[in-house]
Amino acid sequence: MQFSENWLRSLVNTDLDSQALSHALTMAGLEVEDMQPVAAAFSKVVVAKILSAEKHPDADRLQVCKVDVGLAEPLQIVCGAANARAGLLAPCAMVGAELPGISIKQAKVRGVESFGMMCSSKELGISAEATGLLELDDRAVVGQSIREHLDLDDTLLTLKLTPNRSDCLSLKGIARDVAAITGAATHFEAIEAVPATIRVTKNVIVSEQAVCPSYCGRLISGVNAKANTPDWMIKRIERSGLRSISALVDVTNYVLLELGQPMHAFDAAKLNGDITVRFANANESLSLLNDQTVELKSDDLVIADANGAVALAGIMGGKPTSVDDTTTEVFLESAFFTPSVIAGKARRLGLSTDSSYRFERGVDFGNTKHALEYATKLIMQICGGQAAEVTEVVSSLPVRQPVKLRMARLVSVLGIPFEAAKVAQLLTQLGFDFTEANSIFTVVPPSYRFDISIEEDLIEEIARLHGYDHIPAIAPLANLLMLSAPEARLHQNKLRDSLVAVGYQEVVNYSFVDESWERDLLGNPTPIKLQNPIASNLSVMRTSLWGGLLDTLTYNLNRKQDRAFLFEIGAVYFKQANSFVETTRVSGLAYGSAKPEQWSSDSADVDFFEVKAHVDRLVGAKAIYEKAEHNALHPGQTARIIIDGKAIGWLGNLHPKWQQQYSLTKATYLFELDMEAISSHQIPAYQEVSKLLPIRRDLAVVLDENIAVGDVLSAIIKTEIPLVIDVALFDLYQGQGVAENKKSLALSVLMHDTQKTLTDSDADTTITILLQLLQDKFAATLRN
Amino acid sequence: MADLTHLISKAQADFANSATMNDLEIAKAKYLGKTGLLTDALKGLGKLSNEERPAAGAAINVVKQDVETALNARREAILNAEQAKQLAQESIDVTLPARTQSQGGLHPVTLTLRRVEELFHSIGFEVATGPEIETDFYNFTALNIPEDHPARAMHDTFYIDEANVLRTHTSPVQIRYMENALKTNKTPPLKIIAPGRVYRVDSDATHSPMFHQVEGLWVDENISFANLKGVVQDFLQKFFERDDLTVRFRPSFFPFTEPSAEMDMSWNGGWLEIGGCGMVHPEVFKHVNLDSEKYRGFAFGLGVERLTMLRYGVNDLRHFFNNDLRFLSQFK
Repeated sequence: MQFSENWLRSLVNTDLDSQALSHALTMAGLEVEDMQPVAAAFSKVVVAKILSAEKHPDADRLQVCKVDVGLAEPLQIVCGAANARAGLLAPCAMVGAELPGISIKQAKVRGVESFGMMCSSKELGISAEATGLLELDDRAVVGQSIREHLDLDDTLLTLKLTPNRSDCLSLKGIARDVAAITGAATHFEAIEAVPATIRVTKNVIVSEQAVCPSYCGRLISGVNAKANTPDWMIKRIERSGLRSISALVDVTNYVLLELGQPMHAFDAAKLNGDITVRFANANESLSLLNDQTVELKSDDLVIADANGAVALAGIMGGKPTSVDDTTTEVFLESAFFTPSVIAGKARRLGLSTDSSYRFERGVDFGNTKHALEYATKLIMQICGGQAAEVTEVVSSLPVRQPVKLRMARLVSVLGIPFEAAKVAQLLTQLGFDFTEANSIFTVVPPSYRFDISIEEDLIEEIARLHGYDHIPAIAPLANLLMLSAPEARLHQNKLRDSLVAVGYQEVVNYSFVDESWERDLLGNPTPIKLQNPIASNLSVMRTSLWGGLLDTLTYNLNRKQDRAFLFEIGAVYFKQANSFVETTRVSGLAYGSAKPEQWSSDSADVDFFEVKAHVDRLVGAKAIYEKAEHNALHPGQTARIIIDGKAIGWLGNLHPKWQQQYSLTKATYLFELDMEAISSHQIPAYQEVSKLLPIRRDLAVVLDENIAVGDVLSAIIKTEIPLVIDVALFDLYQGQGVAENKKSLALSVLMHDTQKTLTDSDADTTITILLQLLQDKFAATLRN
Repeated sequence: MADLTHLISKAQADFANSATMNDLEIAKAKYLGKTGLLTDALKGLGKLSNEERPAAGAAINVVKQDVETALNARREAILNAEQAKQLAQESIDVTLPARTQSQGGLHPVTLTLRRVEELFHSIGFEVATGPEIETDFYNFTALNIPEDHPARAMHDTFYIDEANVLRTHTSPVQIRYMENALKTNKTPPLKIIAPGRVYRVDSDATHSPMFHQVEGLWVDENISFANLKGVVQDFLQKFFERDDLTVRFRPSFFPFTEPSAEMDMSWNGGWLEIGGCGMVHPEVFKHVNLDSEKYRGFAFGLGVERLTMLRYGVNDLRHFFNNDLRFLSQFK
């Protein structure tokens, strides 16, 4: 809500200067979002009249003017504006004037003396652009300060109002709150009924009284629609950010701004028969003032005449019945529509009007008729005409229920002591009716307040007028109890630190991604779609973090990075039946040399098994890697990761076709793990440490090359061969000395017994069992 | 028996001329070897009478001891020299750069969230989470924002369908947490923070369609608006490590709190808006079946990117989601 500070000050007396007033408003909850002077600071600019304008002897585009500025003698001024002409009234900056960026001095312009400068609105800082001199109308008095003449010593204030404060969507409302905040007095003009001088009236039928509890209408005939809106009104309207359109429309806007009551003026000659307030009929449409034609729905409230809808109630009038230059008789409407019947309707039609904005938040239902009288008075002042009786249809207006405010509750919610007398004073400043008994106030909120219905509403009012600044910061008193600390649970931070320790940089990507990443890279044709994405490439919810990681990789490779180790922890989203499921994933990408380029190591690129080591840090010893296939990954270099029989993630090399598509020159390793599955671990449980030394035996076995080493190792572990505490692969060999299609595994076997020193024959027995197992399961033979 | 003392100086000279252990062994043999001069002299003792023998023997032994002393001294000297040479050969340029692994790092938003969690944990707040695809009910209705309420227009909501949205704030976690607490018979005090991603249809230099918030909630029998100010101010002072930092509350409106406030923080002589807060609205307590006569609560929401920008001096919100490694790697 933007308005002129001077207008506000005409309604409420306050000693505060502009800055202090703005601060007071902000600190009372009416946030002043912007404060701009109407014109730049300047001095010595007066209303001047050009007496004569002659062509400059030495310059085609300049004129030499004689200008009356109210001094004994006219001034000679050289002027380049095209509209400079004899008889024109325009601002003149006299010698010694300070304009934004210019000091006016006596000067010679192409050899001709000039004693000042004629000004455009741009030069005065009133507008951003201007063509030619600012033309003043003939009411301007020569010699008068232009600041005074144009009322330029004014400030535009813009309030960022919260939705609960519809009462401040008018100058009167803001003035009322200034009074409540500062205790200052208001000056509201008493509104008197305009007596009827003509006998015609228009019949109004309100079919929907529940949503239109009050409707006032009045005919005014014999109006001159071409009358000029007075300057003072145009100024106030324009300084509120509206355009002056015509006197009749300007008056309705003016009343809207001053009193907060949306009004509408119909051209009565274009109305046929009675006015009805009803819901739209089936297949009814309406051509609106903004030239938009809307198909009405059955819950759209309309104003209708015998021919059909003529206005969308509380939102916008219809084009065919609108006033124009030829209008001589108007039907002026002032009504109260309940917030619920207007709420959301304008938005549904893609509209937001000054009227709907106010009605959906709440308009003072105690003011409907006053506003109509006020508008009538203004129209008759400007356009003449004769008023008829007001047709008023009032049913049950909202009733403001008394609200109790207990002093004890107030003190306990705010946490500071408070005197009842202070509360009484603040309620009085607010203009609320109240009684007090036994430290309980009973308050009846006024009709303009739609936000006072429970005790907390009053507590907030008291707090904001008392000043939030006067409420101290007090540390709470509470019982000290420790939080639980489940040791088996791994905090996300541990997983993060683990990846950071091996060189991964955390990134944060958007949760919505390009649909093609889902469809193509992940083979997911049905991701969850946003109805209103911010961009077409951010239109679906991700089911994997890989798309974002690859995008980040490309972004950085394009910025001359040559390696990237990235990870992200975040949610992925799935639709399941009629609900949505989100799981948190930790996902990583490794690209480029395994180590940063340096003098002491080679620059070999990272490979599958290095990344597998990184993944192992996260998944722990329980994880099993199974050869598998994934749409995004190289079919021969993909592992599904299993914990406790459940697939919990993937590790693999990006499929060469995607590598090519992303223009990646090197292999790109990706992993993604379900966070929940790796967020717990075993609490350590002590086992006897043997005083006896273990024995190590190495053996090499030959088996078919297609047998997965992981299967061999896990088979050994699962079998729990007595004495064996660890088996490790220390070499893998294929080639000379090993038959074709075979491979040789070199295993070290560690054995011990907590009770006795093992003998060679104990070890031999164990190794025999082991070899037997490998032979049975994998047809492995001992290598010679 | 001839006097052998002259051999001492001779031997010393021979030893000194031996540059290596090998030379020294040869020189040693000349005196102490099987046919060495002193060995021979000792052998010659047998030819002496019993009376002469002890004195002559003693004299030879004195010489022998001195020669051995000289030998040992020289041996040690040679060893030391050889070791010194070896060590010199093994010397490295300790100023060469270390053999490094690459250095990873955390996203600055994570750094902030860690600090926030740590600070609130220190006064007993637990971390709670909730879904990002949220039902209209939890995101709005349960927070006292009924359908068509003008406050919904302030939210610029991403819609999945009629009934589901991307959460516009972390406040729904309040509701879910309180509901769950009561289901599991956990009664106030309830103290949580709920960090996470939130979404608004807004994208320009100062707005991101996705950003992070931290919601805070404390429900107890005697929690006040002054306590809210106390906790928030304490947090900000600790977070920014500045005792002089103060908090200003400005009246505002959120349907799920009352009284409501915008929180401003003193910063470089001015005020910066850092979030919204207020006392939990009785309607919200009603939705989760908590007795608002018995309990009060406060709630607040902080913008995580805002805190991060102020903490580390980041001047452009867009850095956080561009993921430029030159930016991210600054936050080690």
